[in-house]
Amino acid sequence: MSRMKTFPLPTESNDQEQKSGHRGCLLLMLALYSNPKWLSVVRGTVERLTETLGFPAVQVRSITRAVDEALTNIVRHSYGNRPDQPIAMYFRKTQRGHDGAVQQGLEILLCDQGSAVDMNKLRGRPLKQIRPGGLGLHWIRQAMDTVEFTRKGPTNQLRLVKYLTRTSNTP
Amino acid sequence: MQISARRHDKTTIFDVSGDIDFANSPEVRQSVLREIREIRASRVVMNLSQVRYIDSSGVASLIEGLKASRDLGSRFILIGLSAPAREVLQLSRLIKVFEIYDNEEQALAS
Repeated sequence: MSRMKTFPLPTESNDQEQKSGHRGCLLLMLALYSNPKWLSVVRGTVERLTETLGFPAVQVRSITRAVDEALTNIVRHSYGNRPDQPIAMYFRKTQRGHDGAVQQGLEILLCDQGSAVDMNKLRGRPLKQIRPGGLGLHWIRQAMDTVEFTRKGPTNQLRLVKYLTRTSNTP
Repeated sequence: MQISARRHDKTTIFDVSGDIDFANSPEVRQSVLREIREIRASRVVMNLSQVRYIDSSGVASLIEGLKASRDLGSRFILIGLSAPAREVLQLSRLIKVFEIYDNEEQALAS
């Protein structure tokens, strides 16, 4: 690497949790370059983090898969497979009111400064079509409670949120 | 990820282990398509029993293998699906699209 690149900061969110005054507490930040060899490292990290926060095994796997697919999309589509571009990931605590109780959750922000994403390509494809491609977005939507994409200035930000179903757990 | 091939007559068996992700799925894709299109194996068997993780690009490689086999009138078979491999094929509603057997003996006898 000839010189250090600037890693993107998260953009302001306009979600309801933020508007209601609750601001997520940073748990972990990862800064990495867009080389696919780091995918397995991120998967290992997300797996341990979600286990530690008390997510059940099936959700540990699905959240890990969602983050892996989102990161792969950045490498492939946002950065066009260039391996030396900056990506920043922020893992924060979040919460919401749900059925009269406070539900704890994990918010994950993936930030890059690649080309703007075509929103039409964020829809995936019908599963009944048997062809390569388009599965990753389905897995992301299946796994997460919230999937939001925003672009502000040069920064693409994907916000993923998953809430714990048991209210007794505190991330 | 490691992939190795064993050949018996016109059958090729690929033993795949570890994580199949975007970093290495092109190697899986290339190996499988070469066996189908260039070697012209009449039956390609993918042993996925040691696969710990498979992402959407890995699943796409399997779909490409299946389609290439169908185009050339050969067979593309999955055996010994590990729990992670089975989970993603179920999530993608592909579990009934592939010819799947529990083990190599069953696949070779089919």
